[in-house]
Amino acid sequence: MARKRFAEVSLADHKTALARLPRRMLIRGGLSVGALALLTGCEMPGHMTSHDTVIDRMLWAMSRWNDRVQAALFNPQRMAEVFPDSAITTPFRFNSEYDVSKLPPVDDQAYRLELAGLVAGQRRWSLAELRAMPAIAQTTRTVCIEGWSVIGKWGGVPFRDFLERAGADTRARYVFCRCADGYTTSLDMATALHPQTLLALTFRDQPLQFESGYPLKLRVPTKLGYKNAKLITSIEITNAYPGGVWEDRGYNWFSGL
Amino acid sequence: MTDQSRPVAHSLPVRVTHWVNAFAVMMMILSGWGIYNASPLFGFEIPHQITIGGPLQGSIAWHFAMMWLLAANLLVYLVYGLVSGHLRRRLLPIRPAEIARDIGLALRSRLAHVPGRYNAVQRLSYVGVLLLIVAEMVTGLAMWKPVQLRELTVGLGGFEVVRIEHFAAMAGIVGFIGLHLVLVAKVPATLRPMISGRAAEEQG
Repeated sequence: MARKRFAEVSLADHKTALARLPRRMLIRGGLSVGALALLTGCEMPGHMTSHDTVIDRMLWAMSRWNDRVQAALFNPQRMAEVFPDSAITTPFRFNSEYDVSKLPPVDDQAYRLELAGLVAGQRRWSLAELRAMPAIAQTTRTVCIEGWSVIGKWGGVPFRDFLERAGADTRARYVFCRCADGYTTSLDMATALHPQTLLALTFRDQPLQFESGYPLKLRVPTKLGYKNAKLITSIEITNAYPGGVWEDRGYNWFSGL
Repeated sequence: MTDQSRPVAHSLPVRVTHWVNAFAVMMMILSGWGIYNASPLFGFEIPHQITIGGPLQGSIAWHFAMMWLLAANLLVYLVYGLVSGHLRRRLLPIRPAEIARDIGLALRSRLAHVPGRYNAVQRLSYVGVLLLIVAEMVTGLAMWKPVQLRELTVGLGGFEVVRIEHFAAMAGIVGFIGLHLVLVAKVPATLRPMISGRAAEEQG
C-alpha cells in the first residue's frame, strides 16, 4: 500500500483558525463560542464567558435540551436505511477542508490506533490487526449538517465488536475521537454500540484513501456527517464530556439522525 | 362608545398566540434561510443580511430553539381553538362557492370587512397557512430524524425530496405573509383588534 499523508496540526495553526472565528456568532451574530474557550482547552458544553448575552445562554441551553431530546428519541434497534450499491453517489463528495499536500506521509506499518481511557489493558492496534477482524460493509446515506447528502459504501469492523474485544467499558458515557489532522469529535455510547456504527477500513470495497479518511474512519449512519471522524489516531472512552472541534464552536453535540 | 362596550374581535388567547406565532415563524424563516445558504438547493442564495444566526451553527441554533416555541404556541392555539369553538366558528366552513364569490368581491374592492368575522378568503388562507406550518413541522422532523422517523422520511419521498418540500412550504408561508401584510395595509383597521382585541370606534 502506498504511503499516505498524515499530520499533526500545530498550535500555531489553531491560533490562525481561531482568530478568524467571530467572538459572537449569534446575535450579530452568534452563539458566543468564546475562542478563548478553545485556546485554553476548556471544552465544557455551553462554555460561557462573561461576555455572553442572555440570548447566547438561551441558545446554548436549547442545544443542550435538544441533546437530551435526541438521546431519548434514539432507539438502538432503529436501523438507517441501507441502499443497493447502484444508489452510491458518484462522484462521492468527500468533505476535506484542508490541503492534502500539506500533510506529511504516514507509514502503513508504523500506524497504531490508540485506545485510551476506560479500557481494560490499554493498547495500540496496528492496521493489520484491525483488518484481520471480522468486517461488514453497508451502503448508507451520509447527511451533512449543511443539508446535502451522499450515499456511500463503507466496510469495516462493527465498532461494538472492536470495543468489546478491546476491553472498553461500554457503560461509560462518551467515545472521543482524535484525528491526525487535529480534528476531534465525540459520540454517546449508545450510538457507538449501534450495530451500524463501523470502524471503517474500506470505501466501495477498496482500502480508504486520504479523502475517505485513511487509515481509519468511524462511520456512523445514525449521526450527521461531522460526527464521522476521519484519519483517527486515538479513541478515548470517558465519562467526562469531551466535546469536539465543531461541537465546541456551537454545533449541536448529539446530532443524531 | 367606550372601549369596553365595543365587541371583542379577537380573544386574548388568539391575540397572544398570533403574535408569538408571528415572531416564531419569522425567526424560523430567517434562520432557515441561513441554513439554506450553507448548501443552496436551487441556483440562488438568500442575501445574508436578511438571515439570522451568522455562521451556520448560529442559524441552526436559532432554528432548533425556535421550533419549540413555534410548536408549543401552535399546540396552545389548537387546544384553545378546539375547546372554545374558535376553530369551528371562525375558520369553518370553507366552501368553494363562497371563496369564488369573496375573491370576486375583493378584486372589485367591495368585500366588506367585519372585525371578528372572517370572509371565505380569510378562512381559506388562515387554514392554509396553519396547514403549511404543520407541513413544515412534519417535513422538518423528517429531515432532522431520517433514521428514527425513517418511515416518515421515506413516505415523504426520501431525504432529498423532503428538503424541497420543506423549502416549498416555507415559500408558501412567505407568500401568505406577503398577502396578509398587503391586506392589513389596505384595511388598517384590522390591525388594532389584533392588538387590543377591540375594533376602532368607526368599525364597531
